[in-house]
Amino acid sequence: MRVHEYQAKGILAGYGVPVPRGEVVYTPEEAEAAARKFENGVVVKAQVHAGGRGKGGGVKLAKDAQEAFAVAKKMLGMKLVTHQTGPEGRTVHRVLLEEALPIDRELYLGIVLDRSIGKPVFMACAEGGVDIEEVASRSPGSILKEAIEPGQGLNPFQARKLAFGMGLPPAAVGAASKAMIALARAYESVDASLAEINPFILTTDGRVFALDAKISLDDNALYRHKDLLELRDLNEEDPLEVDASRFGLNYIKLDGNVGCMVNGAGLAMATMDIIKYAGGNPANFLDVGGGASAEQIQNAFRILISDKNVRAVLINIFGGILRCDVLATGVVAAAKELQIGVPIVVRMEGTNVEEGRRILQESGLNFTVAEGMRDAAEKVVRLAQ
Amino acid sequence: MSILANEDTRVLVQGFTGREATFHAEQCLAYGTRIVGGVVPGKGGTSHLGLPVFNTVQEAVSGTGANASVIFVPPAFAADAIMEAADSGLELVVAITEGIPALDMAKAWSFLRGRRTRLIGPNCPGLISPGKCKIGIMPGHIHRAGRVGVVSRSGTLTYEAVDQLTRLGIGQSTCIGIGGDPIVGTNFIDAIGLFNEDRETDAIVMIGEIGGTAEEAAAAFVRDNVRKPVIGFVAGQTAPPGRRMGHAGAIISGGSGKAEDKMRAMREAGITVCLSPAEIGERVKERL
Repeated sequence: MRVHEYQAKGILAGYGVPVPRGEVVYTPEEAEAAARKFENGVVVKAQVHAGGRGKGGGVKLAKDAQEAFAVAKKMLGMKLVTHQTGPEGRTVHRVLLEEALPIDRELYLGIVLDRSIGKPVFMACAEGGVDIEEVASRSPGSILKEAIEPGQGLNPFQARKLAFGMGLPPAAVGAASKAMIALARAYESVDASLAEINPFILTTDGRVFALDAKISLDDNALYRHKDLLELRDLNEEDPLEVDASRFGLNYIKLDGNVGCMVNGAGLAMATMDIIKYAGGNPANFLDVGGGASAEQIQNAFRILISDKNVRAVLINIFGGILRCDVLATGVVAAAKELQIGVPIVVRMEGTNVEEGRRILQESGLNFTVAEGMRDAAEKVVRLAQ
Repeated sequence: MSILANEDTRVLVQGFTGREATFHAEQCLAYGTRIVGGVVPGKGGTSHLGLPVFNTVQEAVSGTGANASVIFVPPAFAADAIMEAADSGLELVVAITEGIPALDMAKAWSFLRGRRTRLIGPNCPGLISPGKCKIGIMPGHIHRAGRVGVVSRSGTLTYEAVDQLTRLGIGQSTCIGIGGDPIVGTNFIDAIGLFNEDRETDAIVMIGEIGGTAEEAAAAFVRDNVRKPVIGFVAGQTAPPGRRMGHAGAIISGGSGKAEDKMRAMREAGITVCLSPAEIGERVKERL
């Protein structure tokens, strides 16, 4: 789960990472009132779950309250397009107003899970405020790394190594190390999968701040962070994906016209791949899980079909333990109830497969039964054209 | 022969009395697996499916002589169950549970270092040595004993590949689902290394997916160490970046984890890379 910048800063501040003074607002009037509290002008920052906001016009300076009103008025409700939002952009519903700070240096701090060593790794780079992936590919050596031992956090010596390694002036090393240790503590405490401060700044008067912040939370650990669940912003998610998540379905909308319903994540991805291979384009990723119930299949169908681009549907189930006759019965019931008009290709394998095929064929509905994945993909792509 | 498990493996079920555990334990027993008991804290002294239930893994090991376990414990408690199994000296632990918090797994992973336990999973279908033993949730009947080793990050996609092999008359020595999480106990290199040493495995199928760089690392290992034919597939060639595709570990992030990079590395290492998931069986047949 992703959270907004201001929410991430709220979390970080709670663990002792210095963040600029700021306030999140929803209207230009609120922006004007909030801006009065800052004497040296404010930075107005659009709050959407996407990076590259500055380039897209989502970060603006306002020298006084009047200007803050005007900037917020323009920003709120606008479609912000960045390299991460896609061409359709994201509507801005809230903006963060922050004190403007005198920047001396911009650095990068981040923590991710390093799969190869099975633990989180703390990354630091003297070059901040820019796209870190770009830095990583241009000069990988400039990114300093320290592994975090689970339960131990970032040790002070590790933080000092990173701080000196980034070339911070000795007078700032203490404050920077403290902030880094706090960032690591926050990462572990909230079960983040990613925590990033880019840029982490040193001001001309020697203070350090998280000028931007990004936190992604581990969905598998949300059960022990009920307070953080409130931070979910449904405006930032595709409505169909939100709908699917309520039924425990893993659905991701894509831009093709072949709807897919598959059991298992790997097979679901492979099904998308083979549709492409057959000359078509998948409309979605949809994993109904290992033991999909009739209700889940029905909901999966409904969500799949509400995508208006879908011209044909491929159901690819490797039953194994899930019985094909049960599946077929569920599919027929769902297709009848939802009055599905588009052609449906069904490929299924597993226990009672013959009985399952018979149920589909005798249903009087527009089913095409396929043998194997290749046949299924070719048939559905033809039907979608 | 087979790797990791055979007809003599004595298996405990952790979380034995749960619905899923019960169902799959019955299936494993029917397949011929030597399930010798289970562990459910607080239910020690009772019996389930005609087998003894213990409070701790330690007691269960003393009571049954088990040397392996399969874990169906709910995600919040599963990392702890893994550590308990390792602490009791079990040689093989298969964690089926999906949804374990990543930092819990990081802790368990550190705990396993220096211990003799081999962990398979979590978030995996388990492993099967056809005709000998099944420690997992895969449908036994699609498998057939033979000489091809299969290792995969996926569940149902593995069934698909195995089904293609079996239909072509190609049997399997052992099939291992290593799991779809970012941190797993056994990686491609471990499994491919074991198959490479196994005198009764003639070829290896590896099924990867987007996310991380385990396939690239495995490709380098194959190039340097493996002389048996290796046939591979990578799921998620059409997956968009930045989205988690069902598995916690299946995500292209920060420009790494793309299918095309994995496929290129595998091809350069001499691995036969299938573009379509429908051709895995045929490609194996060609290389045998």
